Amino acid sequence: MKKIDVKLITGRLVEQGIHLENKMSDEYLKAAAVCELNERDVAELGIRDEGNVRVKSRFGEVVVMAKVNNENPAGIAFIPMGPWANRVIDPDTGGCGMPHYKGMDAEVGLSYESIPTIKELMEDVK
Amino acid sequence: MTITDVLCPFCGALCDDVVVEVENNKIVEVKEACEMGVSKMMGHERITTPMIRESGELKETTYEDAVDKTAEILVNSIRPLIYGWSSTTCEAHKKGIELAEEMGAVIDNTASVCHGPSILAIQNVGLPSCTLGQIKNRADLIIYWGSNQAEAHPRHMSRYTSFPRGFFSEEGRKGKKVVVVDVRKTTTVEVADEFIQVAPGEDYPVLSALRAILAGEEDIVPSCVGGVSKERLIELVEKMKDARFGVIFFGLGLTHTRGRHNNVVNAISLVRELNAHTKFVIMPMRGHYNVTGFNQVCTWETGFPFAVDFSRGQPWYNPGETSAVDILNRKECDSALIVASDPAAHFPRKSVEHLAKIPLIQIDPYPNPTMELADVVIPSAIAGVEVEGTAYRMDKVPIRLRKVIEPNHLSDEEILGRILDKVRERRGE
Ligand code: SF4
Repeated sequence: MKKIDVKLITGRLVEQGIHLENKMSDEYLKAAAVCELNERDVAELGIRDEGNVRVKSRFGEVVVMAKVNNENPAGIAFIPMGPWANRVIDPDTGGCGMPHYKGMDAEVGLSYESIPTIKELMEDVK
Repeated sequence: MTITDVLCPFCGALCDDVVVEVENNKIVEVKEACEMGVSKMMGHERITTPMIRESGELKETTYEDAVDKTAEILVNSIRPLIYGWSSTTCEAHKKGIELAEEMGAVIDNTASVCHGPSILAIQNVGLPSCTLGQIKNRADLIIYWGSNQAEAHPRHMSRYTSFPRGFFSEEGRKGKKVVVVDVRKTTTVEVADEFIQVAPGEDYPVLSALRAILAGEEDIVPSCVGGVSKERLIELVEKMKDARFGVIFFGLGLTHTRGRHNNVVNAISLVRELNAHTKFVIMPMRGHYNVTGFNQVCTWETGFPFAVDFSRGQPWYNPGETSAVDILNRKECDSALIVASDPAAHFPRKSVEHLAKIPLIQIDPYPNPTMELADVVIPSAIAGVEVEGTAYRMDKVPIRLRKVIEPNHLSDEEILGRILDKVRERRGE
């Protein structure tokens, strides 16, 4: 299946903020389990309207929904901060307490799997 | 009943002009706040009763039993981690620090995965800063660097920076220039005058180039730095020098990328040097409404702002060693008490894996991923809605949170106080 290499960054979005204290809701999943990409990248993956992608880094992988955001330059993938993003970020703090939340190398590929719920994500770490 | 001048207990902008309509101890309308603030104050699903996990299932229990179980876990562990604090009152912080000292525990705060690097940078080079009130009244050049405030602090611009008219900025938005520096064209750009796009992870060289140009050494600057042309950098330096009062607000774009605290040291150094030409200040865009408060309380109680280890009998501070993510990654702590935060959602997978293995206590108003892993769950009242107390705005101004409705649950401060008493009782003190 088609894959592209990206720099992955995570950060805040209003939608994710609105549901920040309501994380077990469907709305939070819809807001935070997404990966924003430039339409060029989305087209390259062969996604027409909607589709899921598997984002994979050296530290883990996760399935989220692809979303077009052309303010994102091609080659940059953005996942809102939260339990999905944190499956793939670099845990090393470089001796300062802070893991690497922005600028990881990652691979994004089309996926036909469904997005894991928070309960599933938490079951998986147990 | 209409209650005015309510504080919004959500983000570090800590807006204090919210109007709340209350009917029969229920909030029915919230005015003036942004969407995130309204959503928080109108309320979501809550944890209703204390719970203890038995054979894999969370079972309802009483506050008394949950507090007793918490004390048992803490007393039986050698290296407890106490973490969270950004969405509760300074009064609760004080109790939490007392508990950490009593236990010889490590106490850390969400700052360590947010603006922790900024604090390290400030400890290195200081912080030429001021209050948001001064910025509102004086600033004519506002730079947001690596901070998407439109999404993270939606009313920051309208209350404190670009839009308000002040004593020395009577023209309001017309008299101010707003510049956004970021790796993506964020929503903040839509309300800015200028956008400078930096390549990911290249903030440090861009800041260095600006400093070189400011020092009159533009000859050594290459034609393009971090994706930005030399001409644009020279223009930006001119704009900064021409400002009457300039400010840089920086966000996680500087602290979360390669270079971390070094990026912030470079940004602060630029601002220091700009003060040879004009008045310039810099401020971190602190995220949660009272993350700043924890750093204040922890500093006056222990001498250090976060990541404090009491295991030696006195406070010891060494982020990278005593910070929560590192302690979890090293699988060092043998229990964790989480207050008003959600590390299972926001820590890297490796850290969460250890959190899942150790006895875990959660004190929070809301069900969240951490609850899925917790062995003891204690519901608390919502600070700033059901409990009053003190919080610090991002510019370190303390403001009193208001209570607008009566709680059905204990406050964080009360729960922590009860745990502390039980711990002392169990230890025979
Ligand atoms: S900007 Fe922040 S403090 Fe102000 S209303 Fe919105 S969430 Fe609340």
